[in-house]
Amino acid sequence: MIHRSTVGLALLALAVAGCGEKAQTAGTAKKFDAKAWESSQATYLAAGWKGGDKAAWEAQMHSRVQGQNEYSRTAGTAPSIAPTKTP
Amino acid sequence: MARMKFICDAERCIECNGCVTACKAEHDVPWGVNRRRVVTLNDGVPGEKSISVACMHCSDAPCMAVCPVDCFYRTDEGVVLHDKDVCIGCGYCSYACPFGAPQFPTNGTFGLRGKMDKCTFCAGGPEANGSAAENEKYGRNRLAEGKLPACAEMCATKALLGGDGDVVADIFRTRVLQRGKGSEVWGWGTAYGKPTQATKS
Repeated sequence: MIHRSTVGLALLALAVAGCGEKAQTAGTAKKFDAKAWESSQATYLAAGWKGGDKAAWEAQMHSRVQGQNEYSRTAGTAPSIAPTKTP
Repeated sequence: MARMKFICDAERCIECNGCVTACKAEHDVPWGVNRRRVVTLNDGVPGEKSISVACMHCSDAPCMAVCPVDCFYRTDEGVVLHDKDVCIGCGYCSYACPFGAPQFPTNGTFGLRGKMDKCTFCAGGPEANGSAAENEKYGRNRLAEGKLPACAEMCATKALLGGDGDVVADIFRTRVLQRGKGSEVWGWGTAYGKPTQATKS
């Protein structure tokens, strides 16, 4: 009797295990994304920058990408960008 | 603004996997999913080279072309994103992508293949910028915060560059010139090999 109820409980547990599954139903239509420069609900905006202005966002991106260029961060050491002639 | 692009400088990458860690931490990427990984060629051989690889946000993205439910879209900045509410997790994009960018988490109790996940160039998804829903599905939207992808910004050796394609190409070109390799590292000769002289038979 105990064995039977144990098996029954195990089967029940297995049957309800699927209840924890997240729904994966396909959406009906693709949503349209907001522009990156439009205002964000995010709390951690880059210092000194506010969303909503496309030109300001592009300027921000430009200054940010230059942070990856050590030649622009260490003034006076930037080499000439003009291509050198191969010997 | 030109298209957003990544460039990885193989001369500088030291295979530290900092970019991988930064990405996983920034977006709470689940176990078993790597939006970015470091690939090493000739591992263990002197002169081995490593590069950091993720979604390359292709101009003519094959994942977009093969998706049966058309869940992909491209932003104004050229970032290839997808809508997880439309994705059916079929995996076609995974077969089409030459970089192995699309990843599939195991979802739920029975370990089914979940919806596709990939590098978003830290640009989130179609939900409202910086919203909790966007964060849960796609991770953080750093572009909307006025920042660049975490992997590139946290790269210790600045091997991985990310941002406006024209600007990162200029930064990389400056480096190459500084190394003294000159203009031979650019152009058709480098990409496709030097032209061979036709031999007379």
